[in-house]
Amino acid sequence: MARKVSTRRKLVMSAIAWTLGILIFFPILWTVLTSFKTEAEAVASPPSFLFFHWTTENYAQVQERSDYFLHFMNSVVVSLGSTFLGLLIAIPAAWAMAFSPTKRTKDVLMWMLSTKMMPPVGALIPIYLIFRDGGLLDTRTGLVIVLTLINLPIIVWMLYTYFKEIPGEILEAARMDGASLIKEIIYVLTPMAIPGIASTLLLNIILSWNEAFWTLNLSASKAAPLTAFIASYSSPEGLFYAKLSAASTMAIAPILIMGWFSQKQLVRGLTFGAVK
Amino acid sequence: MTLKTILLGAVSALAFSGLASAETLTIATVNNGDMIRMQKLTDDFKAKNPGIDLEWVTLEENVLRQRVTTDIATKSGQYDIMTIGTYEVPIWAKQGWLLPLDNLGAKYDQADLLPAIKDAVSVDGKLYAAPFYGESAMIMYRKDLFDKAGLKMPENPKWDFIADAARKITDKGTETYGICLRGKAGWGENMAFITALANSFGGRWFDENWKAQFDQPEWKQALSFYVNLMKDAGPPGASSNGFNENLALFQTGKCGMWIDATVAASFVSNPKESKVADKVGYALFPTSGELTNHGNWLWAWNLGVPAGTKKAEAAQKFISWATDKAYSELVASKDGWANVPPGTRTSLYTNAEYQKAAPFAAMTEKAMTAANTAKPTVKPVPYTGGQFVAIPEFQGIGTAVGQQFSAALAGQMTVDQALQGAQQLTSREMAKAGYPKK
Amino acid sequence: MATTHTHSAARLMMAPSVILLFAWMAVPLGMTIYFSFLRYNLLMPGMEEYTGFLNYQYFLTDPAFFAALTNTLLLVGGVLAITIVGGIAFALLLDQPIFGQGIVRILVIAPFFVMPTVSALVWKNMFMNPVNGLFAWISRSLGFAPVDFLASIPLLSIIIIVAWQWLPFATLIMLTALQSLDEEQKDAAEMDGAGAVSRFIYIVLPHMARAITVVILIETIFLLSVFAEILVTTNGGPGTASTNLTYLVYAQALLQFDIGGASAGGIVAVILANIVAIFLVRLIGKNLEA
Repeated sequence: MARKVSTRRKLVMSAIAWTLGILIFFPILWTVLTSFKTEAEAVASPPSFLFFHWTTENYAQVQERSDYFLHFMNSVVVSLGSTFLGLLIAIPAAWAMAFSPTKRTKDVLMWMLSTKMMPPVGALIPIYLIFRDGGLLDTRTGLVIVLTLINLPIIVWMLYTYFKEIPGEILEAARMDGASLIKEIIYVLTPMAIPGIASTLLLNIILSWNEAFWTLNLSASKAAPLTAFIASYSSPEGLFYAKLSAASTMAIAPILIMGWFSQKQLVRGLTFGAVK
Repeated sequence: MTLKTILLGAVSALAFSGLASAETLTIATVNNGDMIRMQKLTDDFKAKNPGIDLEWVTLEENVLRQRVTTDIATKSGQYDIMTIGTYEVPIWAKQGWLLPLDNLGAKYDQADLLPAIKDAVSVDGKLYAAPFYGESAMIMYRKDLFDKAGLKMPENPKWDFIADAARKITDKGTETYGICLRGKAGWGENMAFITALANSFGGRWFDENWKAQFDQPEWKQALSFYVNLMKDAGPPGASSNGFNENLALFQTGKCGMWIDATVAASFVSNPKESKVADKVGYALFPTSGELTNHGNWLWAWNLGVPAGTKKAEAAQKFISWATDKAYSELVASKDGWANVPPGTRTSLYTNAEYQKAAPFAAMTEKAMTAANTAKPTVKPVPYTGGQFVAIPEFQGIGTAVGQQFSAALAGQMTVDQALQGAQQLTSREMAKAGYPKK
Repeated sequence: MATTHTHSAARLMMAPSVILLFAWMAVPLGMTIYFSFLRYNLLMPGMEEYTGFLNYQYFLTDPAFFAALTNTLLLVGGVLAITIVGGIAFALLLDQPIFGQGIVRILVIAPFFVMPTVSALVWKNMFMNPVNGLFAWISRSLGFAPVDFLASIPLLSIIIIVAWQWLPFATLIMLTALQSLDEEQKDAAEMDGAGAVSRFIYIVLPHMARAITVVILIETIFLLSVFAEILVTTNGGPGTASTNLTYLVYAQALLQFDIGGASAGGIVAVILANIVAIFLVRLIGKNLEA
């Protein structure tokens, strides 16, 4: 029984929503615009919004200086790798917690989350030493391992809250049929859990893509992802707004585009059990 | 079981296979203009040294410093060549972390290095890093604005003159600020300038017994001078301006004067980047009253090789290529003499072409020769270093003190409070670190 | 029978996660605790010695410690307040029938995808810079003196930047919750003559309680360790005006290279974080586990 809405109200609401939406988005838009300006125009006052001399000079310079593709591939491998590895470990755990909870399940969950609360820099040197001895410094493997571990609690928790929404009776019914545990997971649970898994996956790719502390400190050249690429453009000598904007645009564009295309999937499962 | 197999498979599939040839040098460097130019000239090096490949890690200064320090202190060996400052070189050399550079080749002209710089990167007469470019500090000012205000910059100005001139030039209506100085907290940012300023006022960081000296009148005089001047004649937001921010301000014509590193001269006089390129004049770092101390700012970015590297020979070949006279000529032939890395070699300053192309050459050389890092201020000190104190604890202490001073500049605390805070925290940290050491 | 079978299977399935996380926590934590009792400066190797609680004593009596503690709480609290209120407002707005809803939603969630370093750099240089920034230009055009954001209101500036990054997340969660609210429930209330305000207070808000809890929990975890934004914009200053605990530990570890001190700071931060965690468990227990 949908409510009838007056066109006027819809217009007003649309105007407000669009204004706010554009305001929120503006910093990103401005960065992209600035990336096509010359350095002098980037700091010009009054600033020019659209009517400036468009140039791709900054992108050419950035490309000349850094191997964007290498950093991009590292980011892709590391974020996808850690996400899949994380899901592989987390799905069984979340399943177990959701369907055979014990008295301690909630404590275990909270404990997992609390491991995320340690300031990473406090543990940097121990981890660095372990990585050095394990030959993991500046390797994609090392970064995958670290990112998997930091994001694991969030993955487990997100999946857990999602799995819990799946009615237990269905599983009971499957068990009555004599379906084995593995089959239960594959044929019954998985299809129902797909939206939750998909959005966990997406959220995790975003988090891993943007993680800047560990990726920057544990990599040097071969495994350095886009976060390290950005670190070579922040505050160099001279005017740098335009080049920084170009580098920033290149660093965030892939994940932004992925996010936009998959936002429906992301939103569907991004509930953390918030919806009853 | 299956899970474990899949897991292992996933990990090993992602593992990066290390097929790199034995002679790939990984070079960690700062993202400053001169280093970026060096990176662009990689091909020249490769052509002259077949079989050696270069891999660049270019990072913003602070990130770079953390990365290379962590790497060398834990002996992780991720880099074959590191770009380090004159602050690090003596400390690291004493730890045995750096390889003495005794294999730079017969052609390498060590005698040509500027004596002040050479001393700064040598320990016991041995070169532990090769200077890539060097700097002192000087005044860069706008001749047009000085003319307009009817002022004339002496070559060797006093702080009082600078303060008057800055206040006269300031016209906030047209966004012209008399003076731009560093205010962003950091041992290599505002503390570099303020320490040099305090040196010229006769202040010092520590007395002979490593007792902090912020409770002394020289510091109060210097800091009040700085804060008051910036309040009257500085740009808004000065407490978050470092070298880069000030450079951008000066290049866009918003500063009447800027006192900072001499390397800035080639940027502010470059018509491609600077709106005021043809209007810049130069003068020595000011002195105070009867004192003749120009602050003793001296810095160089240097290339060093970590001890224990297996590629010592190739690494030294590269360093020799990047820091010898031939490199200057290479840059000159590609980008003109004005863009040659300054401040490391005497020959550059006697080069007529350089003098013609770089109007700031004479002043830079004067500033660099005037700097004495062994005796930064009138009173005796137990440390070396001009705009810094060459002890491992200084990065932390300098930055914490820098925060206090930056807060004073932002008006969040008074000069007295800032000095008191600085005194307290420096004494604390020095006590914790176990000073005075015998 | 089935139950025993399930329970042991469950334990087996949880094992990898638990063991890995336990190792991830225990090994560095153990090393950190060990280091925290040493005089250990990375720049002076070979001089490590046992110092008892000296590192803790210095960290806890650091004049910056109290400021850092307050700033941490203000930062977390400030961002939570903005994102929750803003998130609910946006969710209500996006729940209305509007033209181009999909596009507006895309615009609103975009900041979530931006790297913290990038957003801090962009805000600092292109917006908040008092000379070349866009805000300065706007206020000058309107005839006001430009606000020097990072010097005069450093913590608030950082709160704004971080809130901008987290607003999309809050909006999305709130929106999902709102959309699950039964239309009929709302309609029924409307027929009863309830006004928009009372409808919001008595029906919508209670329904969103769980969503709000979730936002608080997730954001708190991330906000406690905000670091890149501070490093890029203010370096914790001026003074200690924008230093939080994580930044304070950072200064010990990567400026001072005082590993002993940083480890002690890390341990203190872990203890404090766990106090927050216990508080959160209570909150969750009440709200999430109906």
